[in-house]
Amino acid sequence: MAKLITRRNALLSIGSALTVAGCSGSITGGFLKGMEKWNEWFQELLFSSSRLAPEQPLSATTPEMDFPVYFISDMMPTPPIGWTLKVGGLVSHPGNFTLDQLAAMPTTSMRIQHHCVEGWSAIAQWSGPRVSEIARAVKVDPSARYVEFRSFDSGYWSSWDMPSAMHPQTILALQMNGQQLPPEHGAPLRLYSGVKLGYKNVKYVNEINFLSDRTGGYWENQGYEWFAGT
Amino acid sequence: MDDEITEAPATEPDPAPEPAPGPDDASRPPDQVNATSDDTAEIPVSDAPPKRVRRKQPWPIRLTHWLNIPIIVIMAGSGLQILSAYPYMGPQGAQWGWYPLQGFTPPHWLKIGGWLAGGRHWHFAVAWLLVVNASIYLAYFFGSGEWRRRLFIPWHDLQSAILTWAYYVRIVKNPPEVALYNGLQKLAYTGALLFGLLMVLSGLAIYKPVQLHWLTLLFGGYDGARLVHFGGLLLLAGFVAIHLVLVALHPRDLLAMITGGSRG
Repeated sequence: MAKLITRRNALLSIGSALTVAGCSGSITGGFLKGMEKWNEWFQELLFSSSRLAPEQPLSATTPEMDFPVYFISDMMPTPPIGWTLKVGGLVSHPGNFTLDQLAAMPTTSMRIQHHCVEGWSAIAQWSGPRVSEIARAVKVDPSARYVEFRSFDSGYWSSWDMPSAMHPQTILALQMNGQQLPPEHGAPLRLYSGVKLGYKNVKYVNEINFLSDRTGGYWENQGYEWFAGT
Repeated sequence: MDDEITEAPATEPDPAPEPAPGPDDASRPPDQVNATSDDTAEIPVSDAPPKRVRRKQPWPIRLTHWLNIPIIVIMAGSGLQILSAYPYMGPQGAQWGWYPLQGFTPPHWLKIGGWLAGGRHWHFAVAWLLVVNASIYLAYFFGSGEWRRRLFIPWHDLQSAILTWAYYVRIVKNPPEVALYNGLQKLAYTGALLFGLLMVLSGLAIYKPVQLHWLTLLFGGYDGARLVHFGGLLLLAGFVAIHLVLVALHPRDLLAMITGGSRG
């Protein structure tokens, strides 16, 4: 076969390849899915368990009325009577934690920048026990590779990779700016972390499960990326 | 492959690097060489390798140049989609009053991806194509020695840039002698390369403000990096507009970017 690959032919085939890619949903869908996998790998590569979100000065705190409020329920979710945090999955000591028990655990406080997927930032101080403290208390099985956080906000949930969940800045916040967590920001307990975008930080948490498989999430299942690291 | 082969470095009898073309170098097209009073550069120097015959626009430069168009269109369109989710600059509660485009949402037809998640998928996928394309370009740019007739080096090209500008504004009668590009063109295209680097770095600073927080800090923080990244898009639009006008005025240069142009 002595067909010459001329410049004209080469340009034409690149052009038609792009046209096909632009018109066919399955090819672009496959390309985007593949690249999302690649980006997940890239984000895991960049992630370091010891790298911390920089602590911000008190003066940089966002006025509380300006810190956006968000929940998926029609009305602001209120905790069920006798609320406890249920922790289970691949653990040897599954259990229910009361607010007092959580408050008695070693507390981590951090004033860090929040990064929303929409592009805005805001700063608040968050305090509460680390998720790694909970993991230690329930004795997580080494086979657990993912953690899911579930809420009483119409079932809003998100699943995380284990290293991000065990990061020293991933906490279950009981306080915001030194005050008891307000209902608008997820009272009585919300997940907060410096290493994930806002939609991974589940508010109104009432259940944590350590799992061998990831279970998506409210926004993740609608098309937002699953890893969403910062 | 057709005639491309003849310009590949592999056919060079001597792989030694070519001498840097100065203003009087023979890398000028023949017609321009003949127009000058100084033809000494036409006489080969005994210990120099034979002058490589090189097209105005070698094929790796043409290929990466044209691939840039769909890549940049998708990056810009998906970028505007992402911007639309929060079309403000500055953090919540302290948006910057001096920023003139607060709340400005780009028109629908300029956006790619359909919604925020779609825009993000396109942006973060095609960003890698941009990086690969730029890497191929830069590898060729430096590996082939093309940088010698394209890169703006202040102590070498500043005079030509000023004289070209003086010619454009009719202060001097004749443009300076040029090889491939005059100083002003070198400045513009070198500026475009630095600009591309700035866009990639400010984009990474927004993408990973914690894992790459030293980079984010370099742009004045997350919101500073957002401003640089969007300001860069506006600058890019300006560059493309001027580029298209100049190409329309010099259609022969457009032809050279398609066919490669004359050897010389």
